[in-house]
Amino acid sequence: MKTNGGAALIKALELEGVDVIFGLPGGAILPVYDPIIDSPIRHILVRHEQGAGHMAEGYAHATGRPGVAMVTSGPAATNIITPLADAYMDSVPMVVITGQVGTAGIGTDAFQEVDTVGITRSVTKHNELVTNAADIPRIVREAFHIATTGRPGPVLIDIPKDLVDPSNPNSALDWYWPDSVDLAGYNPRLDGDPALIKDAAQLIIAAERPVIYAGGGILKARAAEPLLALAELLDIPVVTTLMARGTMPDDHPLCLGMPGMHGNYTAVTAMQESDLLIALGSRFDDRVTGKIDAFAASAKIIHVDIDPAELGKVRRPDVGITGDCRLVINELITALKQIGAPEVQPDRSSWKSTISGWQEKYPLTYVQSEPGDLLKPQYVLEQLRDNTPDDCIVASGVGQHQMWTAQYWKFNHPYTWINSGGLGTMGFAVPAAIGAKVGRPDRMVWAVDGDGCFQMTAQELVTAAAERIPVKIAILNNAYLGMVRQWQEMFYEERYSEVYLSPDLPDYKMWAESMGCVGMRVEAPEDVLPAIQRANEVDDRPVVIDFRTDAREKVFPMVPAGKSNSDIVVGPEDER
Amino acid sequence: MSPVTRHHILSVLVENKPGVLARVSGLFARRGFNIFSLAVAPTDDPTRSRITIVVDVESAPLEQITKQLDKLINVLQIDELAPIDAVERELMIVTVAVSAESKPELLSLTEEYSGAVLDESGDRITVSLGGTPEALDAFTSRMGAAVVAYQRTGRIALPRII
Repeated sequence: MKTNGGAALIKALELEGVDVIFGLPGGAILPVYDPIIDSPIRHILVRHEQGAGHMAEGYAHATGRPGVAMVTSGPAATNIITPLADAYMDSVPMVVITGQVGTAGIGTDAFQEVDTVGITRSVTKHNELVTNAADIPRIVREAFHIATTGRPGPVLIDIPKDLVDPSNPNSALDWYWPDSVDLAGYNPRLDGDPALIKDAAQLIIAAERPVIYAGGGILKARAAEPLLALAELLDIPVVTTLMARGTMPDDHPLCLGMPGMHGNYTAVTAMQESDLLIALGSRFDDRVTGKIDAFAASAKIIHVDIDPAELGKVRRPDVGITGDCRLVINELITALKQIGAPEVQPDRSSWKSTISGWQEKYPLTYVQSEPGDLLKPQYVLEQLRDNTPDDCIVASGVGQHQMWTAQYWKFNHPYTWINSGGLGTMGFAVPAAIGAKVGRPDRMVWAVDGDGCFQMTAQELVTAAAERIPVKIAILNNAYLGMVRQWQEMFYEERYSEVYLSPDLPDYKMWAESMGCVGMRVEAPEDVLPAIQRANEVDDRPVVIDFRTDAREKVFPMVPAGKSNSDIVVGPEDER
Repeated sequence: MSPVTRHHILSVLVENKPGVLARVSGLFARRGFNIFSLAVAPTDDPTRSRITIVVDVESAPLEQITKQLDKLINVLQIDELAPIDAVERELMIVTVAVSAESKPELLSLTEEYSGAVLDESGDRITVSLGGTPEALDAFTSRMGAAVVAYQRTGRIALPRII
């Protein structure tokens, strides 16, 4: 069948099961936007290309399916680089299609030309400049394969205009659809090496103070169930990193919650004092380890990751296993049972009581505000947590509000927490929440955002209003770049430099209303719950609540940057 | 100038496509590793190229770099060649200033190194030499200050036949 590159691209996306594209048209990608009119794929017209990328990420986080974004060349391609970098850091499956100037114009500084594959090389798992229309079906097939298998990540396809423009002979091709993908240089290993599995099982069954260090890879591998089974088999406590919140239900007695710079005392200290860390789909990020030389110094390490480059990158493992977490954990369970688990194991009662002692002594705490004072952000989060469905999806931006949400929310289901972990992208929440709601329209989706973050990407609420995507946004408005303010207070002698934003400029309620959303402002504790309840009832448009919160509130516990996790600062009274 | 003892030779088999060299070299650049020498050319299979990279780096970061290289979709195979297990060759063309007295000496040295005269005019001669990198080092050092300019290809290497 004779076709053209543009029609072939859309057909290939349909065959890959794409149901939605987040995008914004422009010159070079114009010919591809014509066949979209006749395609069953839903297109969501964003207001800024960064929004398209983060929506695709939010969609992928919530559904496990690859998010797809499509934008034009030049400035559109550069605008989507932040989402690409974000997805690369957090291993989010995503396919981004960029238009490119026609093949004859490449390299001539043509209008809206940038070297997109050159610029995005270090922030994509793979990228490809299409040079022949006949390659389009194959390259699309390969892109989805690469994005979704092994360690997932973003793949970019850059397509020159003449190859998709039906009026140009360069766009002609005979349609085909490859049965399979043939990439000689790409063969991710999925099952664990049996000898290493046995070694790991021996370490686990002998450990007296083991901790499972569960990372975002558990979610990518759909391995929450085997993780729970492994933890329960030998009663091993589990910490869930920022990227792994929800992999293990927070309600489960073995779940210790979040470790790291703003982790809770028990999660941080249990890792620190453990004699065996079982790292599953986690990568010893500096925000988790603190000062690396002082991290879990007496622990042996089992490290399971699908990306062999993670093994030994930061901490040399005693047993390093390359493989898919779902398969490897199941293999570990089998191996453990073969050597007598759960009957054979040391007495770990003192480790358990040590841990529960820490939990009792060092819970997360804050002091409720005095009447007339601004809201405590933690109080707003508790109210939100307790008055939304258990499977509510929560997205966040980056900063204090993100840490408080990660700390105070009860994540009892996988794929309910969506945030920017590795790259720390302010402005992530609004578009990511929109993408999540598009992917999971059956779920309630809240974004918890900061006032600084909100101002970076709020325009996408216009997209959400126009497309009837009823996300709900809680702005914890403390009128500051709060996390930066916290660092200036603690480490720069309270010399506040360029962090004040104003609570009223912009007027968030009016701004929300002007974007077609319901807008509310809440200043008193007794008004928090009614506002949340009212927001929960809106299902035909987005809602924005401007919660006025206390700027003096800091995120605790905190391990100061560069310090050992043993130097954790539990609360303001503990500051030196 | 000879590679110091930390040098490692990576023989990287890649797809022969635009941009692949940039992907490979970009990984080194990102970590601030200087590539000591680099040679790239198609193999017997024209869809594949072999990149021979000599890099001056300690083993631990090199392990991380080879793992990262292996993640590139267009990289098919990576072999780290220990100098003792590999045959290495390099090609050099060198222009030397000569006088009537020194010219015979250069010509005989060129012959000793199995080289060939490529070009000459008046007081300059350009010769080509192939050999081990150490042999080329020895040649240039014997020429000393008479060397006007030289260009080396960077080494190419294959594992020894066992």
